[in-house]
Amino acid sequence: MTIIEISKLVKTYKDSEIQVHAVNGVDLTIEEGEFTAIVGPSGSGKTTLLNMLGGLDQPTSGHIRIDQTDLGALKASQLIDFRMRNIGFVFQSYNLIPVLTAKENVEFVMQLQGRSKKEREERTMQLLEAVGLKGREDSRPAKLSGGQQQRVAVARALASKPKFVLADEPTANLDSKSTENLLNIMEELNKKEKITFIFSTHDQRVVNKAHRVITLEDGQIISDIQKNPHHD
Amino acid sequence: MSTNIKIAWRNLWRNKRRTLITVASIFFGVLLSAYMTSMQEGSYEKMVDMVVKYYSGYMQVHHENYWESKSINDTFEDTPELRQSILDHLEVDFVIPRLESFALASSEELTKGVLVMGIEPESENRLTSLKGNVNQGSYLQANDQGLLVGEGLANYLHLGVNDTLVMISQGYHGISAAGKYPIRGIIKHASPQLNKMIVYMTLPNSQDFFSTGNRLTSLVVNITDTNLLNRSLKQLRADLKPPYSIMSWQEMSPEMVQQIESDRAGGIIMKAVLYIVIGFGILGTIMMMIAERRREFGVMIAIGMQRIKLGAILFYETLFIGMIGALSGLLVSIPILMIQAQNPIPLTGQAAQVMDDYGFEPYMFFSLTPSVFWHQALTVFIITMVIAIYPIISANRMKLINALHA
Repeated sequence: MTIIEISKLVKTYKDSEIQVHAVNGVDLTIEEGEFTAIVGPSGSGKTTLLNMLGGLDQPTSGHIRIDQTDLGALKASQLIDFRMRNIGFVFQSYNLIPVLTAKENVEFVMQLQGRSKKEREERTMQLLEAVGLKGREDSRPAKLSGGQQQRVAVARALASKPKFVLADEPTANLDSKSTENLLNIMEELNKKEKITFIFSTHDQRVVNKAHRVITLEDGQIISDIQKNPHHD
Repeated sequence: MSTNIKIAWRNLWRNKRRTLITVASIFFGVLLSAYMTSMQEGSYEKMVDMVVKYYSGYMQVHHENYWESKSINDTFEDTPELRQSILDHLEVDFVIPRLESFALASSEELTKGVLVMGIEPESENRLTSLKGNVNQGSYLQANDQGLLVGEGLANYLHLGVNDTLVMISQGYHGISAAGKYPIRGIIKHASPQLNKMIVYMTLPNSQDFFSTGNRLTSLVVNITDTNLLNRSLKQLRADLKPPYSIMSWQEMSPEMVQQIESDRAGGIIMKAVLYIVIGFGILGTIMMMIAERRREFGVMIAIGMQRIKLGAILFYETLFIGMIGALSGLLVSIPILMIQAQNPIPLTGQAAQVMDDYGFEPYMFFSLTPSVFWHQALTVFIITMVIAIYPIISANRMKLINALHA
């Protein structure tokens, strides 16, 4: 089932008189359960594409439809609500809320969704266990290693039961062991729970794990390789 | 505790030193402002007390021309019907009759202009507690033929208890008024000005001296609750027709009201400067807190927090800083001012002389009226509310993508 449809997507930045096409006419569809890596050199438009896909940035032209909803048609507050219910984010610098514990960080989005305390606590413990952080739920981010923080970020991204997770360079600040660990967790969640992951990355280890690799250059897709077309 | 409040509270303590410095600035501002206000209001209360409790009362009934002329000719008959018509008003506690005029008083060698006040000793004591101020001799009896003389006047005239004071004046409609009276007691009047010029005698004695018959210059009206003054005044004005007129203490002492108002305005300006400095201190802290956490705010909005909720968190943070500072300032200022109210600061030297010359006791008095405290809390609350607009606007205008890359 197609969950993301991108058509003729363009993002242009104006720098004085010069126009820079960060994304330049991208057409793309993402199916449910994909484990996709978007790769390309710096400045190729990976992050810009992910930002627009996550409704964090507005395209100059073109359309993004997520589950039949056109993001461009949503008002600002509706867009925030849409993100909360449909999209999980994993950032390069973890970006956990520093004054909340691991458990509270994971619970936070569910609280915004208005879920019951019982449901929140059950899902939080389940997710923290899934990312291997059982026993560290009461630690604040500053007391966790980079790898542990990123695993909390993954748990937070999944807490809202999103349609897909966008991960912008999720392993950029991690050592190889933590990277391996994190990728295994995400791959496991992808396989078991059919969660769609879309990464932007430079990391070859992420590319190796991905089932589909989309390469961007100068804001355009130059290759789209299905490594495991029968993945389900 | 809601998550928003929890986040706001914990955020305050991310940079403890900065929060404590900001809280301390509010604390000292509230303390200083409460101290200053208490001292100002204490002085005003004392001034009003001096006039109301020791002299004029809250209201007075006069002949309609008396206040302009201050003449013994503009007096009115003291009738039981008149007194009863005033006492019929629920807020009126009691009334005190007086006959006041001026005379020239002499001892063996010296002469001085004096204020002669004819009183009913017992009812006058209800208002002014005059009996307690007698420091030599005794208080007047109901039909006493003697006098009570202010200590300053007695000293000036070199007179003591049982000495004779001779007085000469003009009585009702030009009749000569002259008499010699034994001094029953010397009083230390709470008003230094009156202390130098007051002579009390019984009402019948004064009516006889001024040949007024059963006439009064004023009926002092005391009320049960000072907050009801304006209402009582309005009702009495409606009921008492000419030739009577009724005046409040503010109307009888407009200079003092004006002096208090102008002094209060000066205090307000000083406090405004103080609070503006504090306000900018809080604003600076809030701006720093926002600038440092732009990316965090971006993440919160990205994962689904509505901007209004983010604004609420920042609002709580601002409110907490204001509340902690204001409450701690109030908690410390209350006991300090309670001690000060019991122990007014005595003035010495030239400052004491100036106060004495103006007819006030040479002390810095402190007030414990609730407004001294809640005005500070309200001011900090208003400042906090105004400053809280900034983070709310800031959260609303924040460009998400820029915030995420901050």
